[in-house]
Amino acid sequence: MRNIGVIIKKQIKDTLKNKTVLIQFVMFPVLTLIFEHAVSIPDMPELFFTKLFSVMYMGMAPLTSVAAIISEEKEKNTLRVLMMANVKPWEYLAGIGIYVWMICMAGAGIMSTSLPAADIPFFLGVLSCGFFISIVIGACVGIFAPNQMVSTSIVMPVMLIFSFAPMLAMFNDKISMAAKFFYTQQIRLLLDNMTFAGIKPESIAVVAVNSVLAVFLFFVAFKRKGLE
Amino acid sequence: MIFASGIYKSFAGRNVISGIDLDIGPGSIFGLLGPSGAGKTTLIKVITGQLVPDSGDVKVFGRNVSGLTGEDRKKIGIMMDDHGVYGRMSCADNLKIFADIYGVPYHEVFRTLKDVGLEKDAGKPAMKLSKGMRARLQLARVLMISPQILFLDEPTSGLDPMTMKYIHKLILEQKEKGCTVFLTTHNMEEAAALCDEVALLNEGKIVERGAPGQVCRKYNHSKKIRIHLTTGEDIELAHDEGSAGKIMELMSEGCVETIHSSEPTLETVFLELTGRKLDCTEEMLYA
Repeated sequence: MRNIGVIIKKQIKDTLKNKTVLIQFVMFPVLTLIFEHAVSIPDMPELFFTKLFSVMYMGMAPLTSVAAIISEEKEKNTLRVLMMANVKPWEYLAGIGIYVWMICMAGAGIMSTSLPAADIPFFLGVLSCGFFISIVIGACVGIFAPNQMVSTSIVMPVMLIFSFAPMLAMFNDKISMAAKFFYTQQIRLLLDNMTFAGIKPESIAVVAVNSVLAVFLFFVAFKRKGLE
Repeated sequence: MIFASGIYKSFAGRNVISGIDLDIGPGSIFGLLGPSGAGKTTLIKVITGQLVPDSGDVKVFGRNVSGLTGEDRKKIGIMMDDHGVYGRMSCADNLKIFADIYGVPYHEVFRTLKDVGLEKDAGKPAMKLSKGMRARLQLARVLMISPQILFLDEPTSGLDPMTMKYIHKLILEQKEKGCTVFLTTHNMEEAAALCDEVALLNEGKIVERGAPGQVCRKYNHSKKIRIHLTTGEDIELAHDEGSAGKIMELMSEGCVETIHSSEPTLETVFLELTGRKLDCTEEMLYA
């Protein structure tokens, strides 16, 4: 357990000096605050930017940052040094996952300041599930990719599909048909209702299936590649 | 401290290590010499448990390497040639990560940085360090834990002579503290200066082993004494009692500029045994 804490501490120190990862965590919460307070369009749904950007944030930030962190450590051989220092692979992955989840939840907390206080638990609860799935998918990419270049080329299309599909689904029925199988789209629909009572079973089912698939892919990737 | 018996390891059908036996006692420096591609790094990875051998036994601290506990591993420092540092983080922060993992107090971080001559650079990001400074930081990372066994893979490869000398001093200090050092190198001067015992590795096999001086004397076939005279002339005399009179005569006449016995270096022993030079790469061999 101590090693998980060490990994989290290391990542906090590193992220403060890593602008490319830091910007992913900060960009959407800041944009949400700016747009919600500065942009007002007639007939625009309530809290439009908070709901839209939070789903994009969920599909983008955890996925790209986890993949980038793991692949960078592999490329620079610092991951091997950690393994040689008796840090177990699961401790490392748990440390990275918890760290990214905590940072993303802090970002979601900032975004939630635009919401009525009663909606905040629902908003954070739903997003936390989405962050979990994105983190696991990001870990799959990080484990599979031998270096940052491969990681970026894999993570970009995956991230674009998951984060932009919900937005594009608003304008195109065909995309909407396909997007309904993605956890990001179902979470957007859940955020539209913003009530525990309004949760539809199909949304739960899609999010659960996405979770199971992500975890299955993670174990397949880890079994094949390990952390070397 | 380190025992290996009948180690074989192959990759894609090619034998990289063939039948290696080792028995390294505590408090000594063991040097594995060989050119690039000889199997040095593979052997160090097998001994440290990073690679599983195809056959053979490896014991460290009297235990099979695969069965070492976390506590055992905390007594082993490993500095591999390709191990990285966290570039964006400072030297001190780089060491603090491992201090946290090993449970080493932070004052040891700064003491170790001082030992390796990086105390003024403690706050400097590792990416801004020179190659020699980075090597010292990597060494600091393993020295900080006060290891009982130290594995060093080409610790001075590509470094300037000053940094090399500094690292040699640090390695010898570890030996004085009772640490067992296993180092790989293709630098025969380094091996001769540091090691109590060397093994010459070629194409995965140990072709000769022993104390550096002993190995050199064993291959001293010519047994000559070479004298460079003040006149600029070079003469060679047999290395036996018959030459004593002549040498004394030259010395008393003040004609001797330099005088050397002809025993070979580790480099020439390796060349004699394998037909390869120690700094020969695989590409050069097959060119």
